[in-house]
Parts: sequence; C-alpha cells; structure tokens
Amino acid sequence: MSRSTRRSAAVLLTAGTAALVLAGCTSTAQPAAPAGGDAAGGPITVNATDATCEVSSAEAPAGNISFAIRNSGTKVTEFYLYGTGDRIMGEVENIGPGLSRNLIVEVPDGGAYTTACKPGMVGDGIRNAFTVTGTATRSVDTNAKLAEATAGYKRYVASQVEALVPKTQEFVDAVKAGKVDEAKALFPVSRTYWERIEPVAESFGDLDPKMDGREDDEREPGVGFTGFHRLEKDLWVDGLAPDSAAVADQLMVDMKDLQTRVAPLEFTPVQLANGAKELLDEVATGKIEGEEDRYSHTDLWDFKANIDGSQGAIAALRPVIDDKDPQLGPTLDQRFAAVDALLDKYREGDGYKSYLTLTEEDKKSMAAAVDALGEPISQVAGVVTS
Amino acid sequence: MSTTRPSTRPAEAPQTPPPTPPDEPPTASGEGGGGFSRRRLLGFAGAGVALAGAGAGIGFAAGASSGGEPARDGVVPFRGRHQAGIVTPAQDRMHFVSLDLTSTDRAEVQRLFQKWTAAAERMTAGLETSENGAVGLNPYSPPADTGEALGLPAASLTLTLGLGASFFAKLGMADERPPALIDLPAFTGDQLDPNRSGGDLCIQACSDDPQVGVHAIRNLVRIGFGTTAVRWSQLGFGRTSSTSTAQATPRNLFGFKDGTNNLKAEEPQEIDQHVWVEPGDGPDWMTGGSYLVARRIRMHIETWDRTSLQEQEQIVGRTKGEGNPLSGQKEFDVANLAAQGADGTPAIPVDAHIRLAAAESLNGVKILRRGYNFVDGSDGSGHLDAGLFFVAFVRNPETQFVPMQRALANKDKMMEYLEHNGSALFACPPGLADGGYWAQSLFT
Repeated sequence: MSRSTRRSAAVLLTAGTAALVLAGCTSTAQPAAPAGGDAAGGPITVNATDATCEVSSAEAPAGNISFAIRNSGTKVTEFYLYGTGDRIMGEVENIGPGLSRNLIVEVPDGGAYTTACKPGMVGDGIRNAFTVTGTATRSVDTNAKLAEATAGYKRYVASQVEALVPKTQEFVDAVKAGKVDEAKALFPVSRTYWERIEPVAESFGDLDPKMDGREDDEREPGVGFTGFHRLEKDLWVDGLAPDSAAVADQLMVDMKDLQTRVAPLEFTPVQLANGAKELLDEVATGKIEGEEDRYSHTDLWDFKANIDGSQGAIAALRPVIDDKDPQLGPTLDQRFAAVDALLDKYREGDGYKSYLTLTEEDKKSMAAAVDALGEPISQVAGVVTS
Repeated sequence: MSTTRPSTRPAEAPQTPPPTPPDEPPTASGEGGGGFSRRRLLGFAGAGVALAGAGAGIGFAAGASSGGEPARDGVVPFRGRHQAGIVTPAQDRMHFVSLDLTSTDRAEVQRLFQKWTAAAERMTAGLETSENGAVGLNPYSPPADTGEALGLPAASLTLTLGLGASFFAKLGMADERPPALIDLPAFTGDQLDPNRSGGDLCIQACSDDPQVGVHAIRNLVRIGFGTTAVRWSQLGFGRTSSTSTAQATPRNLFGFKDGTNNLKAEEPQEIDQHVWVEPGDGPDWMTGGSYLVARRIRMHIETWDRTSLQEQEQIVGRTKGEGNPLSGQKEFDVANLAAQGADGTPAIPVDAHIRLAAAESLNGVKILRRGYNFVDGSDGSGHLDAGLFFVAFVRNPETQFVPMQRALANKDKMMEYLEHNGSALFACPPGLADGGYWAQSLFT
C-alpha cells in the first residue's frame, strides 16, 4: 500500500463513509480526523512483549479509537481489535521487535470488544476485554453496511499485502544468501499472508502460475517451474540451484507487481462471500490432502491461514449477515472455533507440525470440521444478497 | 413399511398427530408445494385401513391388499407404524451410510432429525429436498437440492434411520440405550475393518433407481454436516432377498438363489414375532422399531468359481438351478434336514449353509434378511472386491442374529469363501406419525 493511497484513504475517513483502519509507521500515519483514546485524550498505549499485552485503558468512547503499539518483546507481533465473532475492527501486522506502530479504528457501536497481541504472529494471541461506550452516528441501512463490509475487506487485504511484501523479501534474501535453514523457517511465514488472501492473490492469471504454480502444472514450452514452490523444492529436496537466486528475485518482482495491482481493487459483497468459501475449498482440496506444500509439509500453516482469511472476509460481512439471518453468524462462530480448536492440537512452537505427522484419523477429523464450516459459509453469498 | 399388510390390530389406526416440532426448519412444511398435499394424503397410509381410503385417489394402493408389488407411481409411504424400508418389498438398489456424530448437543441432533425428516419425506415422494431446491432459489446460493434426481420418479425410495450404541453414549443418553442394542461379540474368522464398522447412526436408502438412492444419501449427508460426518458407506446393486411372496427370489454373487426361506411381508404374525419390537421388550421408545444388523461380507468369488457345481451345491444345501433344497424338488419345498441320500448320509450335509441357518437348527430363530450384492471395483491383487452386504432386521439381535452367526462362523463350509470385514448394529426407531419426526419417541 503506497503512501498516496493511504492518504486518500484518510480522506475517506473524514467523509465518514466507511469504518477505516489506518496502519502505519508512527512518523507517517497521522490521523486525518480527531481520534479518541485514553482519558487524557492521547492514544491508548499498548506494550506488547512475548508474554504480555498491556493496554493502558480497557475502555473508550465510540468513534475513532487510537492505539499506539510498541513491541518490546523479541518476536514479531501483531495487534488486533476484535468485535463479535472475531470480526477484525482493526489490526496492525508485522510489528518487529523494538518498533512502534499506530492504529486508528472507527468503532461506531458501543459494546464488548477484545484486544489481542500476537507475539510470533500465531494463535489467538494474548487477549483482553475492551469496552466501547456510547454510539457514534453513522448510516445503518443495508447498502451502507455492505459498503462498510467491502471497504473493511479491502483494508484487510491491504494489511495482509503490507506484511506479505516484506516477509517475502526476507525469505528471498535468505534464499539468495544461501541461508537454507533461515529460508525454510521463513517460507511458511511469508506464505501465511499469501494464503490468507489467496482468492485475491491468485486472481491475476499471469502472476499466479509464476508465483504459486506446482511442478506438474502444464506450461508453455520454455516456461520453467518458478515461484514459492520451486524454491520450496530447492530448499527441502534438491538443494539450492544456480538459478535459485534468480527465481527468488523474480518472485520478489512479481510480488511487488501484485502489490501494485491489488491496491486499486474494489470488492463486491458476493466476492467476499465467495472468497470465504473458496478458501475453505482450498483447505479441503489442497491442505488436508497435503498437496500444496508437498516438499516442506508445512500445509497446516497454510490451512490456518486459509481459515484466517475466510474468517476475515466473513467478519467484514458480519453486520449484514446478522441483519438477514440471525442464526447464521453464531453457527459460523461455532464452526470456526471448532476448526481452530482442532488446529491448535497440532501447534508446535510458533507454527504447526509437519503434515507427515498426521494420521488418517487426524485428516478425517479435519475434513469433518471443514465440511461442517463449509456448508454454512456457502450460504453467506445468498444471505447477503437476499 | 407395511403397505401390504392387512390391518390386524387396532393399534394401527391413525393416532392423534403430535404437534409439529417447534423448531421445524423452513423446508419442513412444504406449504403450497407438492409435498404438502401428498403428505397429508399419505398420512398413516401404512396402516391398512387408512390406506384403502386415502390411496384410492392417488393411485399407490394398487398392491395394498394383494401382495408386495410396488405402488404404481413408485411412492412408498414414508410414515406409518413402522419405518419404511424394512418389510417394504426389497427394491433393486441400496445406498447405505453410517455416520458419526460430531456434536454432543442433544437438541442439535434433534433439530437435525427434524430437518432430515422433512427432506426425506419429500424425497420419498419424488420431490426435491425443499421446494424448488435444485434450481429455483437464489442464484448466488448453492442449490439446496443437489439436482441429480430431477426428472426421476420416486423409484420406491425408502429411507430408514438407525441408531448405534455409541449414539447413546455420546449424547449422555445411556439410560435410553436398549439392552438389545448389544456390542456384537467377535465371531470366528471375523476380519473387521474399523473403517467399515460401527457408527453412531445409519441411514439406509433403498430404491429401484440407483441415482435416486444416491441423491437421497448425498443430500442427507449434506444437511448433516456440522452435526454428523460420514463414517463409511456402501452401495448395493442388486437385492439378494425377497421380502414379499410377490417377488422372485434373486441370486447372490455365488450364483445361487438367496432368501428363498426369508420372512415375508405376507406373514404378519411371523414378522411381529421376529422383526418388530413389541411393548414390553423395552425401552418404550423402541416399540414398533427393529434392529438392523449390517455385515459387509466379501466373497472370494475367484476361488468359488473354480469349485465344482456339486461342491457348490453341497456347500449351500440347494441346487443352483431351481434352488430346491437337496432334500426336495421345488424351490419352496421345505428343507427336510433329516432326509438321507441313497448312501445313507444326510441329503443336506451337516455343514451346509441352509442347515446351519435353518430355524429348526436354531430353536426357531428367524431373521428378515434384506441384503444387497456389491462390487466395489477390484483389490490390488486383481480380484473383484465383491460380495454381499448383509442386512437383517430382527426383534432382538442377541437371541436371533448372534446364535445364527455363531453357528455359521464356526461350522459353515461356505466360510472358506467368505470374509466378514464390516459389521454394525443399529436400533431403528418405530415409524413416524403424521407431523412427527425420526426418533421422536426417543426425544420426547
């Protein structure tokens, strides 16, 4: 996301047409509208360490709420403000050790919310209750809510891309430096951001085969096997090859191209709903089968990222879903929670166990949980268009 | 289903319909759709008295008083004192699915049974799972009905629900588990595959068109996602039993007529004695129900095919052509186990299948068999994965199926050619009253 884009987004915020989240470096992202924070009027400070998430105030009035997050731990962290059903009201990704970031979230409705720091960028994070008081004025008709939903998802995509690009750079740098172990560790991390927005990331037909293609894909004569999975094979199976660095460079070029192309994308509510469903389909056909990451067997990282991304899209649509079908949201909450609980069993360190450790029984449980989630998710498009 | 049974007991008269379940899903009512009027007309059509009146107008009563011919329009009544698919004249095809609960919430399971009932009743009437479900709803939604049965007739579809012992354990309903729903003992030679055995519940779909049965199971499985998950399933392509005197005896994959001596719908007293759970058998919610034993019996057909005709007939105890017992001349001649051949040895060998399975060898025990042939492609050794998916309905598995199977497993010469690799036992609740849902008596 470029600075000019960010500025124009800030203008939108003043116009009040959408709940807007700004994520950026302290020095550059200044709010364009007054933002509430703690009692003294300053931002609510968040001190994130590897084991704690100290939020200076557990309450704020409805409207624009400003957080200043400092990572004083040793792991890269993230900060979230969640609404009902883990709807992401605002988030900052990829806050490195020692860095500070600001986040402004528009929260028009009072109620119970949750803050979370995610050291290591995995899991549910260290959570605290957060109360928003009063109600800010805003438009409440369905069209406005749909617009808010698509704008919210656009922000979600932007935040993921904003982390995807530097994480891919780290991965590419490690490959080029011949640091195999480091590159192996970075591979599933960078892919996490890719997999969360896969329906968007793979929507560019010229880029996807180069970036995420498999070895056995059919290609034009003279076109080689490149991208994430080529480097994966080099790292885990074949060893780095003379052209690995060139493949890595090309991946980075393509990634920046992707970033540029994603920035202006606008989404429709149906695209959000279908994207959420496609991510589940990805899990069912790619991850549970161990197809995607066949050399590294880091499929469970991607599995979790697909689920996260699906939940991100659903969460953006949640106010509309709740208006149209009050039963669906709680069902989705329950089924997402069941999948997350299942995946938690396979946690290892900041990531997940190898796919190779899964038994047939494990895979069957996962398939059942994904089927259980996939059916209600498949109803969302119809519900939001009804 | 007792479409062909004469009304012999006042208990079969229609009862006051219980209220519509409070949480019936939108698809259940079928208000204004084809399902509504048909359902009302069917009502308790399974009971003979009601059938005579209601059936006349819609034409499915053709065989009502005279035998087991399927109804003319292929609709087997879904509701009645007993579930359909038990004494219903055996259809040509089967799709059987065993499911596990993925929820331990009793109310959620109850809601699922209500949703299943609504969809099942419509499908057995030849309709989509919900009105306009295949193509007539929101184009942005996946169709509520998967559509592959559009344009196909009801094809005598029956859907039969059964509950396994683990169902009661998972839902904290151990007190409701029928004592007769035992854990089957291990039988000699069993090679049971856990992935083909057991299950918290089952649905048996039988129909005269394979696609109708598959459509039904597929859609019920889909409705169940989140509450149930498929444990195993089995397709059967040809019935191996007659359950009505109106049906010709079919042949199994050994090439022999199978089920000649089966219980028949036209023998209501025998059916009552051996198939239906009677008041006092316990628990009360099972009265009118039955127990379903399923066994996947792989047949080593390649070695069987190299066995001489004479030996095949000695193993079975019947001739291969006519199907008469080796003690008699005609298929339906009663097997005389005491008969001797010219050489003074038993005409029906001591280890012949029909001798060991005969009621007189088993203190009068009989079962209602309702199995199907299957061929699930081939195994890795170039042999057909073929056999008999044995399904039997009994009033008490412990006193009927267990002694019979024990005798066969220990003594039957045929066992050389058989491998039991799947096994399950389910309690099938009684039939559905008007407005009721599957297993309602268990929940209320």
